[in-house]
Amino acid sequence: MRPVFVNIGERTNVTGSAKFKKLIVEGNFSEALSVARQQVEAGAQVIDVNMDEGLLDSEQAMITFLNLMAAEPDIARVPVMIDSSKWEVIEAGLKCVQGKAIVNSISMKEGEAKFIEQAKLCLRYGAAVVVMAFDEVGQADTAARKIEICEKAYGILVDKVGFPPEDIIFDPNIFAVATGIEEHDNYAVDFIEGTREIKKRCPYARISGGVSNVSFSFRGNEPVRRAIHSVFLYHAINAGMDMGIVNAGDLPVYDTLDPVLREAVEDVILNRPQRDPVQTNTERLVDMAPRYKGEKGAAQQVNLAWREGTVGERITHALVNGVTEFIEADTEEARLAAERPLHVIEGPLMDGMNVVGDLFGAGKMFLPQVVKSARVMKQAVAWLMPFMEAEKEGQVRKAAGKVLMATVKGDVHDIGKNIVGVVLQCNNYEVIDLGVMVPADRILEEAKKHEVDMIGLSGLITPSLDEMVFVAAEMERQGFDIPLLIGGATTSRTHTAVKIEPAYRRGPTTYVVDASRAVGVVSGLLSEGERDRIIGETRAEYVKVREQYARGQTVKARTPIGEARKRKFAIDWKGYAPPKPVFTGTRTFEPSLAELEPFIDWSPFFASWELIGRYPQILEDDVVGEAATDLYRDARVMLEKVIAEKWFGAKGVIGFWPAQAVEDDVVLYSDETRTVEIARLHTLRQQMDKGKGEGKANLALADFVAPVGGPADYVGGFAVTAGHGEDEIVKRFKDAGDDYSAIMASALADRLAEAFAEWLHHKARVELWGYAPEEGFDADALIGEKYVGIRPAPGYPAQPDHTEKGTLFRLLEAEAATGMLLTESFAMSPGAAVSGLYFSHPQSHYFGVGKIDFDQVEDYALRKGWDLATTERWLSPILNYDPLARARGEAA
Amino acid sequence: MTDLSIRADRVAALKAAAKERILILDGSWGVMFQKKKLTEADYRADRFADYDGQMKGNNDILCLTRPDLVAELHDAYFSAGADISETNTFSGTTIAQADYRLGEQDVWDINFEGARIGRQVADRWNAENPERPKFIAGSIGPLNVMLSMSSDVNDPGARKVTFDQVYAAYRQQVDALYQGGVDLFLIETITDTLNCKAALKAILDWRDEGHEELPIWISGTITDRSGRTLSGQTAEAFWNSIKHAKPFAVGFNCALGADLMRPHIAEMARIADTLVAAYPNAGLPNAMGEYDEEPHETGHALHEWAKDGLVNILGGCCGTTPDHIRHVADEVRGVAPRAIPERPKAMRLAGLEPFELA
Repeated sequence: MRPVFVNIGERTNVTGSAKFKKLIVEGNFSEALSVARQQVEAGAQVIDVNMDEGLLDSEQAMITFLNLMAAEPDIARVPVMIDSSKWEVIEAGLKCVQGKAIVNSISMKEGEAKFIEQAKLCLRYGAAVVVMAFDEVGQADTAARKIEICEKAYGILVDKVGFPPEDIIFDPNIFAVATGIEEHDNYAVDFIEGTREIKKRCPYARISGGVSNVSFSFRGNEPVRRAIHSVFLYHAINAGMDMGIVNAGDLPVYDTLDPVLREAVEDVILNRPQRDPVQTNTERLVDMAPRYKGEKGAAQQVNLAWREGTVGERITHALVNGVTEFIEADTEEARLAAERPLHVIEGPLMDGMNVVGDLFGAGKMFLPQVVKSARVMKQAVAWLMPFMEAEKEGQVRKAAGKVLMATVKGDVHDIGKNIVGVVLQCNNYEVIDLGVMVPADRILEEAKKHEVDMIGLSGLITPSLDEMVFVAAEMERQGFDIPLLIGGATTSRTHTAVKIEPAYRRGPTTYVVDASRAVGVVSGLLSEGERDRIIGETRAEYVKVREQYARGQTVKARTPIGEARKRKFAIDWKGYAPPKPVFTGTRTFEPSLAELEPFIDWSPFFASWELIGRYPQILEDDVVGEAATDLYRDARVMLEKVIAEKWFGAKGVIGFWPAQAVEDDVVLYSDETRTVEIARLHTLRQQMDKGKGEGKANLALADFVAPVGGPADYVGGFAVTAGHGEDEIVKRFKDAGDDYSAIMASALADRLAEAFAEWLHHKARVELWGYAPEEGFDADALIGEKYVGIRPAPGYPAQPDHTEKGTLFRLLEAEAATGMLLTESFAMSPGAAVSGLYFSHPQSHYFGVGKIDFDQVEDYALRKGWDLATTERWLSPILNYDPLARARGEAA
Repeated sequence: MTDLSIRADRVAALKAAAKERILILDGSWGVMFQKKKLTEADYRADRFADYDGQMKGNNDILCLTRPDLVAELHDAYFSAGADISETNTFSGTTIAQADYRLGEQDVWDINFEGARIGRQVADRWNAENPERPKFIAGSIGPLNVMLSMSSDVNDPGARKVTFDQVYAAYRQQVDALYQGGVDLFLIETITDTLNCKAALKAILDWRDEGHEELPIWISGTITDRSGRTLSGQTAEAFWNSIKHAKPFAVGFNCALGADLMRPHIAEMARIADTLVAAYPNAGLPNAMGEYDEEPHETGHALHEWAKDGLVNILGGCCGTTPDHIRHVADEVRGVAPRAIPERPKAMRLAGLEPFELA
C-alpha cells in the first residue's frame, strides 16, 4: 500500500517565508491570512504557524494571528501546528485554538523535568506533540542517537505522563548533506535509518521533519533543491516518515526526475560508494547542478505575448485557451469601451465563442477544452451581470434558443447531459437543467413554464429507455409539438426510431449521438429556413430504420430454451473442489481514496470526455494527444485534492454465500448445511443459433456454479460507491460557474467507484475468497481482465435484468452498509457506484445474453413471479419479438 | 458493600449502572420554573430584597431564594424515573452572572447551595431505595462570551475574555459544586469548544491538587441543520478536540429536537469510545417560542435511538417536563445500552473539521 504523507503548510512561518515575515512585522494581518488560505486551498492538511522573530512580540503575534484565523472557516477547517522554540508562545497559542492542534515542539534539551511538565500541559490542552530528538547533550545527529533519544522520550511520555502514543510525533532532525564536510555525508541516511527503527520501537508514534534543511547547501538552485527533496522524501517516506513541513505541491515526482540527476542526487542522499574515480558524490552533484538550474523555471515561463493584442483578440485567446486569469480585467476594459454591457456579450465574447465553436466543429478543439472555454465565458458574464442589472432592462439578452434538459426518472447519471448543456451554453443557448431523476410531469410542467424551444432527455441505464418513451407519450398527450432530443449511453438511433418517435407524432424527435453533434442538431431544428427540411429528413430516415429493424426481427433464428439448456456451458464438476471463501455473510469496507487510486482505469475517463483511445497511448495521440494530456494533468491535480481532502466517501460491502445452480437459477443458502434457501439469483440464457460443434455453448451465468448434487460451491456479491459527497462538490463548482471542474469531479468519482470495484475484486481473489493468493498487483493486468473469475453486474450483457440488483442489495443489506439506494429503475444512487456478482470458476467468463425468445420470457416470468407484461417491460431491450404484436396476436 | 453516603461509592455505582442500563437524565428546568409564574419577589427573597434592577429570569438565583422549588423539581424528576438530576447552576459562573452584577460570593453560594439541595434530595431517595441510586450532576453551562468567536463584527480577532479568565470562572464553579456534594460534572450546551477546553483544564488541574476524580460528562450543542457547533465544528472535530479529558460520557443537547439531533448522535456513537449521552429539546419551538412535542412523541423517538444502540444516557432539554422524562424512562426500560466501540488507534486532530492520520 502507498504510504500516506501529510503535507504541513510552511508558508505561515516567519522563519521559513520572508514574505510572511514581512507581512507580520508590518502588521498586515489580512494579507497574512490570505497566505494561510492559499495554503489550505493548495492542499495543506495542517498549517504550521511560527512567529519566532526577534523584531516581534512573538506571543502577541501568535495570539492575534490564531484569533484571526479562527474567524475564517475556510482556514480554520484544518488543524494548526503551533510552532515555536519558546514555550510561552506555544502555551499562548494553545489558549487560542478550539480544535486539536499539534505542538511543535518540545524536547529533553532542558532536562527530563521540564520535558515532562510541558508534555503534561500539551495533554491538558488536548494537543498532539512533536518531540525533537534533542537532549541535554545536544541534537541527535547519528541514527543511533536519534533512536536512543526518541525511544527514551517515548518511554517517558507513554509511561510517566500517560500521553497517548498515537499523539506523539518525533522529529529526528534533518540536517544538510553535500556540505563538503565528510561527517555530514551520512546525515540523510541517518535520518532515514533512524526513522525506520524509531517506527519499529515506538508503536503508533509518527515521524516528521523540516525537509528543506537537507538541501541547504544548494541554496539558489531551486530545481536541484526540489530534486533533492523529492529523492529524500521518496526514501524517507518508504522508511516510515509520515509528515513534513514541505511545499509538496511544488515537488517533481520521483519517477519523472531526469535519470542522470536522480542518480547523482540519490548517490548523495543515500551516501553510496563514490561512482566517479576522482570526484566525490557531493562534488559530482555540485558540478552537475548548474546545468539544471532554471530548467523548471523555463518550462514554467508562460508566454504572455498574447496580452499585447486588442481587447477582442485577448478575449478570444482567453476563451480558446481556457485562461481565466485576465478575463475579468479584459471584460471590464471591453465594457468601458462599449455603449452597453450587453454589447460586450454580443460583441467580443460571442465572437470569441464563435471561434471556439468553429474550432470544435472542425475537430481542432475537443470537449474538455470547450468546457474550459465555457468557464471563462461564465466568469465574463458574471462580471457583467451587475452592470446589466443596474441598467434595469429586464430582458438581459436574447438567447439563440431555450433548451430544457433532464435525466429521466429512475436514473442518476448526468455527466453526458452536463457536457451537452455546457456546449449549448457556449453557443448562446439558454439551458434549463432540471438535474437527475426528473419525472415526466415535472419535465413538461417546467417546459411550459419556461416556454422552452426543445426538450433533451438523457439516461444511462436500460430502464430509462422506457421512461423516455413515456415522456414522449406524455408530450403527445399534452399537446406539445416542440422538438424532443434523445441522448445517453444506452440510447440509440434504432431505439429512438422504433420506440420513441412513434410515441410522439406532433413534434420531431431526434437522436443525438454525442455532445459534439448537439449544437448542429439544435441550431438546425431552430433555424427557420432549415427546420422543415431537417425534420422531414429525420422522419424519413427513422422510417427506414424501423423497416430495417422489422426485417431484422423476422430473420433472427432463436434456439428454443429447452434446446439451449441442453447446450449449456458444460463444466466438468467431477474432481473439482470449488474454493471456499474465508467467511460467508457480508463485510463492509471503507478504503481510503489513496488506496483506490492505483486501481483507476483511465481509458474510460477519456471516453467520458469524448476523447477516444487507450490510456496512456492517448496522451501521445497525434490528434487528441494535447487535449488528452491537458485533461489528464487537470484530472491528476484534482484527484490529489480529492484524495487529500476526502471529497468523496467510499463505502462498499461484499458477501459470499453457499450456492448451487438449479437449471438457470442459482440458489443461495443460509449456511453450509445448504438446506435453507435465502435467495435465488435468476440468470438468462443465450438463445442465438450457435451452430454445431464443440465449445459453441448457449451460456447462462448459472452454468459457472456447481449444480445441486455437485461439489459445494459459492457465489459472491458486492456493491461499492465512491460517490458520497459528490453532489455537494459538484454543486459547489456549478454554483461557482465552473462546469469544467464539476464534470471533472463527477468523472473522477465514477473512476474511483470502478477502481473500488477492482480493488475489492482483487481483495476477494487474493484474500477473502482467496483462490488466487499468488496473484500479483499490476493495474494493467487487472484492467485487461487477465485474472481468474468474473464480476458481472445486473443490467449488463451477461445478465441484462436490472431488477436482480434488488436481490443483490437485499442480500448485502447494501443500503445500511453503504448508504447506497436503488431507484425505481434500479439505478444505484449515488451514481458513482458499481455492484455485481462474483463467480470463481476458472472457466467463468464474460458474455452477452443477446436477444431472447418468448419461451424463455414465459419461463423467466414464472421464476421471477411476474406477469408477462412486467417481464417484457424489464427485458424489453433484449426481446427477440415485438411484445405489442404478441399481445395483439393473443387477443385475436 | 456500597455505601451511597460516600461519594466514591456513588461514583462506582454510577459507573456500574451505566454498564447495565440506559441511564435517564432529568428534563428542562426553565420551562418548569416558567409554569410556576414566579414573581420578582420570589427571585429576590430577603437576601436580595434591596437589589437594584431585575432579578426575575435569573433562575440560578432560586437556589438561594426558593430552595424549596429547586428541591421540588429534583424530586419531580426523580419520581418520573430520572437516575441523574442536574443542579440548578447552568449559569453559575462569575462571567455569566455578571449580567446580574452578582459578586463572587453570591456565585459561589449559588453553586454550593445548588449542589447541596440536589444532594439532600438524592440522599433521601437513596436512603429509601438504595437499589436504584440517584445521582447529582453539577451543571456547568456555557458563557455569553466565546473564546473562538469575535465579540466585534468589525474586528474578527477581538475577544471579550481570555482563556485564563474563563478558566478561573469555571474553576471556581467546579470547586463550589464539589463542596456542595455533586457526583459528576456536566459541561453542557457547549457552543464554543475552546470555552469547554478551559472548563476541562479547570477540572483536571483542580483534580491534580488532590481532589477526588469525579466523572466528566461533556455535552455539546449542534446549533442547526448545518450539523456544526456554534463555533463551527463538526461532531467528529468536537470529539477529537475534547477526548483528551477522557470523559465519562459525551454527546449533545439542546437546540434540536430528537429527529434533527439523531444523525449527530449516531455519528458520536460511531466515533466515541466512551458513553454517549443525548438530551434533545422537545422538538423545535413554535412561533410563540413554546415546545409542542408531546411526552409520548419524545419517548417514542428516543426509544428508536436506544433500540438502534446509539445511546447510554438519555434525557431532555428545553421544553421537556417530568412527564416527558417518564415516557422516555418507560420506553427505554429493558433496552440494552450502547456497547462502547473500540476504535483503532490513530492520530486524530481537528480544526473545524476532523483530520485523521490513519
